[in-house]
Amino acid sequence: MGTKWSQTKVTTLKSETFPIVTSDDVVKVRQAARMWAAELKFSLVDQTKFVTATSELARNTLEHGGGGLMTAEVVENGLRKGIRLTFTDSGPGIANIELALKDGYSTGGGMGLGLSGSKRLVNEFYINSELGRGTVVTIIRWK
Amino acid sequence: MDRIPILKMGDCLLVTIQVDMHDELAMSLQEDLTAQIAKYASRGVLIDISSLEIVDSFIGRMLANIAAMSRVLDAQTVLTGMQPAVAITLVELGMSLPGIRTALNVERGMALLQEFIGDEVESDQGDDTEE
Repeated sequence: MGTKWSQTKVTTLKSETFPIVTSDDVVKVRQAARMWAAELKFSLVDQTKFVTATSELARNTLEHGGGGLMTAEVVENGLRKGIRLTFTDSGPGIANIELALKDGYSTGGGMGLGLSGSKRLVNEFYINSELGRGTVVTIIRWK
Repeated sequence: MDRIPILKMGDCLLVTIQVDMHDELAMSLQEDLTAQIAKYASRGVLIDISSLEIVDSFIGRMLANIAAMSRVLDAQTVLTGMQPAVAITLVELGMSLPGIRTALNVERGMALLQEFIGDEVESDQGDDTEE
């Protein structure tokens, strides 16, 4: 998956893509996130934060993006390993990203904590959205 | 579709969430629980989440909804057994679940409910009755 932003330079060691089409897929991607985080020996709290962020973003992809994909990668930046997740949808896109990243801002039926909350749960957070074309959210949690 | 079992214990309803719930399952629990409160005129609801590995904003909202709906139906809700890592994550996520009473485990949760209800849930073997 290409990256258009100035993210940290990383090497990908392993990669897998999961569909997000039903709410069962949301369960599946968070189980995959759990498994990968456990494999990298994240602490229990870090695993929990990472899986929770995964759940929020996967639900966003499903509810707001009309479904999409999650690509999971084990990445390395020379010093440490981490997991990068990229959520891609071709939904309506986000008109105002700054607003969407605010706590409590919601267009769905949620509490508006999906984007802002998951941003707090990871080390790196990138979002790129184009109206009418879709949204790509990338997160990295370093070990 | 599968459902989360709700146990009736005297005046109370007992729910143990043991599976990684998908969203529809969480919604159906909300409906089932309110229906059962009305059916049995339950006074208390205990929800044990000790086997839940994550609580995201959706599940958090569902739990808050259950507590609010129960209150409107004259029942108290106690949430028990939240794992420490889940508590840390929830607060960082921005959800501190105001309005939901919690207890560390089922035993304490039950004691708390009894206190609210001021009644006995255990059948006849109760040793002291206050009212």
